[in-house]
Amino acid sequence: MTVSAMRVAIIVFPGSNCDRDMMVAIEQLTARRPALVWHKESTLDAVDLVIIPGGFSFGDYLRCGALAGRSSIMNAVLDHAARGGAVLGICNGFQVLTETGMVPGVLMRNAGLKFACRDVDLTFGETMNSPFTSGFEAGQIITIPIAHNEGNYFATNDELQQLEDNGQIALRYCEGKSFGASNPNGSAKDVAGVLSSNGRVLGMMPHPERAMSTLHGNQDGAHFLKKSLEALVS
Amino acid sequence: MTSASDVMTFDHAAAMGLSRDEWNLINSRLGRVPNQCELGIFSAMWSEHCSYKSSKKWLKTLPVDGPQVIEGPGENAGAIDIGDGLAAIFKIESHNHPSFIEPYQGAATGVGGILRDVFTMGARPVALLNALRFGEAGHEKTRHLVGGVVGGIGGYGNCIGIPTVGGEVNFHKSYNGNILVNAMAVGLANSDRIFRSAATGPGNPIIYVGAKTGRDGIHGATMASAEFSDETESKRPTVQVGDPFTGKLLMEACLELMASDSVLSIQDMGAAGLTSSSVEMASKGGLGMEINLDLVPSREEAMSAYELMLSESQERMLMVLKPDATETARAIFDKWDLDFMPIGKVTETGRLVLLKDGGIACDIPIAPLVEDAPEYDRPHDAAPERAVLRSDTLSNDRPISAVLREMLGHVDLASRRWIYEQYDSQVMADTVAGPGGDAAIIRVHGTQRGLAMTTDCTPRYVEADPKTGGMQAVAESYRNVCAVGAKPLAITNNLNFGNPEKPDIMTQMVQSVIGMGDAARHLDTPVVSGNVSLYNETDGKAIQPCPVIGMVGVLDNLDKAVGNRFVAAGETILVVGQNDTQSDGWLGASLYASHYGSDTIYAPPPVDLAAERRHGEFIRDQIDNGTISAAHDISDGGLAVGLAEMAMRGGLGASIHCPDGGDRHGWAFGEDQARYIVTTTDAASLKAAAASAAVEIVEIGTVMRDEQLKFGDADTISISALVDAFEGCIPDLMA
Repeated sequence: MTVSAMRVAIIVFPGSNCDRDMMVAIEQLTARRPALVWHKESTLDAVDLVIIPGGFSFGDYLRCGALAGRSSIMNAVLDHAARGGAVLGICNGFQVLTETGMVPGVLMRNAGLKFACRDVDLTFGETMNSPFTSGFEAGQIITIPIAHNEGNYFATNDELQQLEDNGQIALRYCEGKSFGASNPNGSAKDVAGVLSSNGRVLGMMPHPERAMSTLHGNQDGAHFLKKSLEALVS
Repeated sequence: MTSASDVMTFDHAAAMGLSRDEWNLINSRLGRVPNQCELGIFSAMWSEHCSYKSSKKWLKTLPVDGPQVIEGPGENAGAIDIGDGLAAIFKIESHNHPSFIEPYQGAATGVGGILRDVFTMGARPVALLNALRFGEAGHEKTRHLVGGVVGGIGGYGNCIGIPTVGGEVNFHKSYNGNILVNAMAVGLANSDRIFRSAATGPGNPIIYVGAKTGRDGIHGATMASAEFSDETESKRPTVQVGDPFTGKLLMEACLELMASDSVLSIQDMGAAGLTSSSVEMASKGGLGMEINLDLVPSREEAMSAYELMLSESQERMLMVLKPDATETARAIFDKWDLDFMPIGKVTETGRLVLLKDGGIACDIPIAPLVEDAPEYDRPHDAAPERAVLRSDTLSNDRPISAVLREMLGHVDLASRRWIYEQYDSQVMADTVAGPGGDAAIIRVHGTQRGLAMTTDCTPRYVEADPKTGGMQAVAESYRNVCAVGAKPLAITNNLNFGNPEKPDIMTQMVQSVIGMGDAARHLDTPVVSGNVSLYNETDGKAIQPCPVIGMVGVLDNLDKAVGNRFVAAGETILVVGQNDTQSDGWLGASLYASHYGSDTIYAPPPVDLAAERRHGEFIRDQIDNGTISAAHDISDGGLAVGLAEMAMRGGLGASIHCPDGGDRHGWAFGEDQARYIVTTTDAASLKAAAASAAVEIVEIGTVMRDEQLKFGDADTISISALVDAFEGCIPDLMA
């Protein structure tokens, strides 16, 4: 299979607001428009990748991602993941993934108690085999924007050690060319993205769909998504 | 229909902000005494906020026409043709009083309200901007107000998913007791799919959609039409509460419904809620309305007719549907889990009839509410004469770099990063240039075209000379749009002034509107929408006048846009709009004078509209043909500040030749208008083109890899020292 034949589904909750952006980004890379799947659906056609986009699902009421994590489509997403299917959660999508337990940890309010929208530098960890990291060397740095109020990753020290030992820490905030503190939100161990225990699910706070072209002034997001899609079809 | 407790007197009318004459006029138009609900409706419609009674006479003098104008003032927002069958729809609106009382919710609902104005017209909002004024940095309330307003703007815009791409923020003691929060929204629609508010077709159903009605914001429009006093805190319950999540659902549902060809007319419920929406729809259609208030979805028990009509609960819309479209529309709103309720019908009577509890709660003619709304020609004076400040009487021998560092580290000029990083400036993934540029640029989705937009005003100029200040606000916007390579098309304005019943305040408004009109005519940027906010006073002290301009322009090819950062070492730096003999600059009413001068108010820099136009067109041409690699308008802080900004953003230094004689501080910090700093690899071509376009130009230096700014041989400062001052100020203030 080639990247252009990939079937991608993007889940849409009320309050999702990066669904179109991600659809455009994936279409740019695959030349095939992904399916947008409304949260009230309870089944999912067979797909190669499910993406849970950024936004404010259900207004972030109760707790970010909590209501979305319990909506009917998520049973189908959980089934897809249980079959070894690939899932990528961006920003609010990462919060949804932690709420369902598909990736470990929780995301708390930013340490600065403020929303933060800016570029951050990210480095790839020494990870287990995962389609989301296999195209990059450990230590390689990319620059991608963040935009969130609750991206402060937390897990206990034991859990963090275990994630490290298992190679589940996919992305860390690091020193680089971006202005401001390298860790923008107080995340434990600078965690910006974390894998499920089988490496097939990635939750990450940064928004690769916003770094897709020269007009964005940055193509690292396109590079990251392209490598992930290529790894998924190979 | 009038119960004993409901007998209204002049005292009731006065409490709602009506004058004795206005009370008498209402009685004569009705031929009887109004009941509470009716009086409330009159007072809201005749409030300054809804009727523009003090400003209307002068607003009519503004240019509103042009080949690019699709919809001028009068609808929910203005619309202009940007080519390819597309329209840009935009407006700016104030939420000053609510934001001072409850900064987070006041600012959030300001954003929500202006977004509804834009999507009501059938446009998908694509960008938000703002213009904010706070009190001085050291004032006890400033920190709290900045934090709350910025949080509220971000809280609404980030959640609904519209990028906040630009704006301006300034601080002055005159805003200590009355901040300004003006929000602008820009949307895109197909030119032939623009929706308007005039009700059509007697018998057609009137539908209420969106959030339920509560007791929040009752009589907010009237509050916004009064001065503040120490008792302002007690008005907290009149501030509306925003829900951006419901706003997002309402936006998506309305845009989906509009695509289904079911809507005849639509109006958002903003100031004065159900009152102004129903009255304006009926009035524009020359028709009447009958509404059953028992059917209005409410979230509180036993709301009276008065409360239901005057509530400013957010995220609500009123629409007239095609008669057979109700079920299609209901299905869409069910999908988005929003209330959808037919509450009445369009009538031929020309009257607003409200039913409640089996009786008639209100039965009044529509025409007097709008047509008989008072229009005042309030007294005003000639503008004060101001002396011209000789720059050499103020400046001194301190090194330019030392003054520059001090000024960049002051709240007037310091980096707004702490503010704009709290706004999602990139959602929708079409942001090409976000905060920090001269104008923001967004891509017209799926095309190579771009929209450029900016908000500007320099209140200290307006205070010194309101006519020049009004012109300058337009001229600076024009320069900002030209500096990215875009063609300016039209403006929206937000006139923020004190109490218009005082002649000196009225003078500020009259003169600045005249200046604004002159500039808009000369620069071919008609006014297509706007808002007036008066009575910005606390305990009798008025704000510095602030007539904000929001401008929108178009870029045919985004690949040609330039930024305002130095891009490459070795490039030549030139100033367009200045010659090599000019060694003293205009320091009167400058930021330099406000930091280092006396309290005397001097004349601001003159505005030459012909030069603004000639220079702007030159800049655009030279960006379009690729000669100019970066451009930056010279404004607050003058040439030296402009150079420092280009250096800091580019991470590159510059070597600048200073004039040998004359007054160095005037040269560095003067705020003469119609000027741009540009860079190029081909200075000879640029100078030749300038000569043939009759544009003054002077070469002033070279971009350097060395990260230092050098003014002549002996005056040098590192870029990192400038960055530390520039970036440190506001985080320190807010820490």
